[in-house]
Amino acid sequence: MSGYPPLELHVPEPSGRPGRETDFSYLKVSPAGAVRRPPVDVRPIETEDIVDLLVRVLDDEGRAVGPWDPGADPGLLRRGLRAMLLTRAFDARMLVAQRQKKISFYMQCLGEEAVGIGQALALEPDDMCFPTYRQQGILVARGYPLVDMMCQLYSNERDPIKGRQLPVMYSSKAHGFYSVAGNLGMGFVQAVGWAMASAIKGDTRIASAWIGDGSTAEADFHNALTFAAVYRAPVILNVVNNQWAISSFQGIAGGEAATFATRGVGNGIASLRVDGNDFLAVLAASRWAAERARRNLGPTLVEWITYRGGAHSTADDPSKYRPADEWKRFPLGDPVERLRRHLALVGAWSDEEHARTLKEVEEEVLAAQREAESHGTLASGHVHDASTMFDDVYKEMPAHLERQRGQAGGTR
Amino acid sequence: MTTMTMVQAIRSAMDVMLGRDDDVVVFGEDVGYFGGVFRCTDGLQAKYGTPRVFDTPIAEGGIVGVAIGMGAYGLRPVAEIQFADYVYPGYDQIVSGAARLRYRSAGDFTAPITIRMPCGGGIYGGQTHSQSPEALFTHVCGLRTVMPSNPYDAKGLLIASIECDDPVIFFEPKRLYNGPFDGHHDRPMVPWSAHPLSEVPEGHYTVPLESAAVFRPGEAVTVLTYGTMVWVAEAAARETGIDAEIIDLRSLWPLDLDTIVGSVSRTGRCVIVHEATRTSGFGAELAALVQEHCFYHLEAPIERVTGWDTPYPHAQEWAYFPGPQRVGAALRRATEAA
Repeated sequence: MSGYPPLELHVPEPSGRPGRETDFSYLKVSPAGAVRRPPVDVRPIETEDIVDLLVRVLDDEGRAVGPWDPGADPGLLRRGLRAMLLTRAFDARMLVAQRQKKISFYMQCLGEEAVGIGQALALEPDDMCFPTYRQQGILVARGYPLVDMMCQLYSNERDPIKGRQLPVMYSSKAHGFYSVAGNLGMGFVQAVGWAMASAIKGDTRIASAWIGDGSTAEADFHNALTFAAVYRAPVILNVVNNQWAISSFQGIAGGEAATFATRGVGNGIASLRVDGNDFLAVLAASRWAAERARRNLGPTLVEWITYRGGAHSTADDPSKYRPADEWKRFPLGDPVERLRRHLALVGAWSDEEHARTLKEVEEEVLAAQREAESHGTLASGHVHDASTMFDDVYKEMPAHLERQRGQAGGTR
Repeated sequence: MTTMTMVQAIRSAMDVMLGRDDDVVVFGEDVGYFGGVFRCTDGLQAKYGTPRVFDTPIAEGGIVGVAIGMGAYGLRPVAEIQFADYVYPGYDQIVSGAARLRYRSAGDFTAPITIRMPCGGGIYGGQTHSQSPEALFTHVCGLRTVMPSNPYDAKGLLIASIECDDPVIFFEPKRLYNGPFDGHHDRPMVPWSAHPLSEVPEGHYTVPLESAAVFRPGEAVTVLTYGTMVWVAEAAARETGIDAEIIDLRSLWPLDLDTIVGSVSRTGRCVIVHEATRTSGFGAELAALVQEHCFYHLEAPIERVTGWDTPYPHAQEWAYFPGPQRVGAALRRATEAA
């Protein structure tokens, strides 16, 4: 008998649910410009204060302030804004296409466009990204043809991956975009292996690994951190904390007692916690991490604080599990609007240009959609021939698959 | 030619490939400085240095995961899992990662990796150092599963596996590392040097994947087996005087169906032997293939001799191990049935 009260199990619960407002104080938002910028050759443990703060550059008026201001060329920022607008238009259009049953499933990255696109602009084009299913922005930023993306979504005759995967599980080695597994967390540790290989070969390329807050609970995340730290792999370990893993909030993944950035420091990895809706902060932190990797100083873990503006996928209804207006109340706002305000403030963007760009990206998406649909859709049955399902299981088709392909031919 | 144990032959395969191909890297728990708990990588780090040969953390999921990433980069990693019994934390990476990468990316990315692991019992390893989980891998499309039974095949198959562009699961029956073992655990150990299959070329050669070997020709019954059980079956045939044809599958999947069908069609009788547990074991697939392809040639029911459907026990190891008496009894049943 201990004399203490009976034990109780703690099950984390978000402050906000439908009909109950979220208390966002848990985000621990630092003022813009308030967090120091350590030298890139910092000892990993010396980033331990930053994992509990929030690196921010843009203040509420849209000014770039403090030591993390990347001093970015307005041309680059305009490129970033355009890529975000194009990605958002693409997502919106494809969401409609899914509702029209032209595609079977879709996942948008609404509200978190800045993290993937900002990082893509901080990397070299041949650095390898190991994305999750919510980093389509990387492909857009790297100039992968929208038509090819859509052909994948439509699973049609021009689908580069031949109808093998659910929509959004893109793959393009030529664009440094590793095949999206669909099994959460898998690619995170594979990215570390790719980075180790680059170091083994004396290459100059680095890897960029992506995972969501929810999947940091997977063993793959922890294996990735262990191997990255042990071998000082040239990799950026990106944790996109968009607050929600389908219906469970980031506290269920372990974000309640310690930030996800904390995991990095505990593993001996330099770590940052960054405002992921602040395009300039994304660019600056990504450059800092990329330089560390490129200079052989080892991995960096970055926790990006952002918000999943839409549903997890077309298969869930967020109004069932979170307050309907939560995104509107999210303290870090919308990355598109924040970058737009900054560019307007420095005279590099106008309302007219914004309206014109919106129209342009809409037309670009529509034109791509028309072309993609001319190659068929899953619904229209214009998909890769059924016999191709036996290809690419092995490099050379073994005898048993030859037999099965023969048996499958023409029968149902 | 030189005489090699299975350990030496496996080491020689990695040595040859490290020497020939700068993209080959070897890693795993204790494989670097120490040279592996079974000594299969002994001296390789001293010869090739790090990072060609290096130690890893105790995290099989991490070992396989980084191997896949290295393979996607363009390397040919050879990863060791210290015991097959420890592979399960890496199973997800093998099944959902390595095996599917080529398919899901339509050939855009591939994982040309070899995952070596000692398997099987006979060393009083209990249920954590004795398992034969090959059927968990033969069931996975996109993988190749290989298990040699002697030094010559071990080296040739390992080189073929490393050179293969598909992911290969390479099982090493640990009871064979230092000598052929026929299941008579109470008799003195026979060294590899006493057997011609320990004559191994020092340089590069391959034993092709998807090719079985007729280990012992015969007319009365076909034994389909692999790994340690090849030697147990050979002892059983010798001791019963039954003219058994023993097929050493070597590559479990994809496999050499023609050799199997040719033999069973001729003998009309078939005994399947493996050390792994029985239910849904690889023997079940073999039995199904034989009845699909040889049904009208069969003169007796197909026999299976396997480990029991229990975890591998420690003190009762030899009651679990499918030894020559159990195999011999099956040979008699198969050949005596009308």
